Order: sequence, then C-alpha cells, then structure tokens
Amino acid sequence: MKNPLDSLWGTVISGLVLTAILYYVVRGFLA
Amino acid sequence: MDFLPALARWIHFMAGVMWIGLLYYFNFVQVAALKAAAADGTAAGITKHVAPRALLYFRWSALVTWLAGAALLGSQFIPAFTLSKGLAGIGVGAWLGTIMLFNVWGIIWPNQQKILGMKPATDEEKTKARRLAFLASRTNTMLSIPLLFFMAGGWSHRALFGL
Repeated sequence: MKNPLDSLWGTVISGLVLTAILYYVVRGFLA
Repeated sequence: MDFLPALARWIHFMAGVMWIGLLYYFNFVQVAALKAAAADGTAAGITKHVAPRALLYFRWSALVTWLAGAALLGSQFIPAFTLSKGLAGIGVGAWLGTIMLFNVWGIIWPNQQKILGMKPATDEEKTKARRLAFLASRTNTMLSIPLLFFMAGGWSHRALFGL
C-alpha cells in the first residue's frame, strides 16, 4: 500500500480524516 | 494581570504563523521546487541559501509558539494536558503541538543537518535522513490540520462544537 504522506493530497486528506476522528473522540468521550 | 495572557496570545499567533507558514512552504513549495531544480542542476541555490535560513526561523518559531502557548494556558496547563472536562479540545490541540515540536527538534532538524552538509554523513545516511525528515515534515503537515481546528475552536468555540 502506498504511503498517503508521499503525496500532498494524501497528506491533506489524512489530516481532515484525523480531524474528524479526534473531534468525535473528544466530543463523545472527553467533553 | 490580563495583560500577560493577551501578550502570550499575540506572540503565540505571530510565532505560530511563522512556524506553520514555513512548514507549508517546505511541503507545498520546496519539495516540488527541489525536484525540478535537481533536474536542471540548480538545486544548490535552494539547499545553500534558502533552506538553512528557512530552517532557522522554522525551528525557533516552533519553540516560541509552544512556550507562548504554555504561558497562555497558565494555570490550565496541567488540566489541558490531562484532558480534563471542558479542556479536552484545547488539550488535544496542545498535545498535537507538542508532538509537532518534538518532530521539528528531534527528527526534522537533526536529519536536515545531515542532508544540508552541516553534519558529516555518508551518502547512505543522507538518503535515510532525507526520507525521515520528509516523513516527519509531512506528518506535521497532516497534524497541523486537526491542530488548527482545536486551536481555533477547541476553547473559544467549545460550546458550539460540543467540546
């Protein structure tokens, strides 16, 4: 599997996905 | 004593703009520019004159951003880092910023010193250093997206986002 960080778009999309995951984790379990 | 947090916030923003601005410069501009410059033999212009200066401001602005952020948190520093109730949003932002600071000083800078010839390294070590510095820089670019979300909304807009 190709590393998404090798491409700029892969990096940006990974960042957006991570934002959504962290948001739901904080809202659901820590808020 | 409201003056100190206001000063810390101002410094945090200024240094943060410089840090993340230079991070985006490296990732969105310099990586592609170096590839093109290597093809026509002009990469030395970037590696000798641009990259060392950019890295100087990059690593020190990263440290100033973190210190000003810590000063801004003040007595909330421990509750934020332990993700206490009501502070988990800004706490996640603070953790992301801390990981990114470690990447800058612990991975990117030592490996860039080898790549740019500031530290002795064999060709094999340079190849490994190039890949490590690249991945750490890309990791920071990825982390900057949730970092900026939690910095921008994790405290002042926490009610709006339900954080």
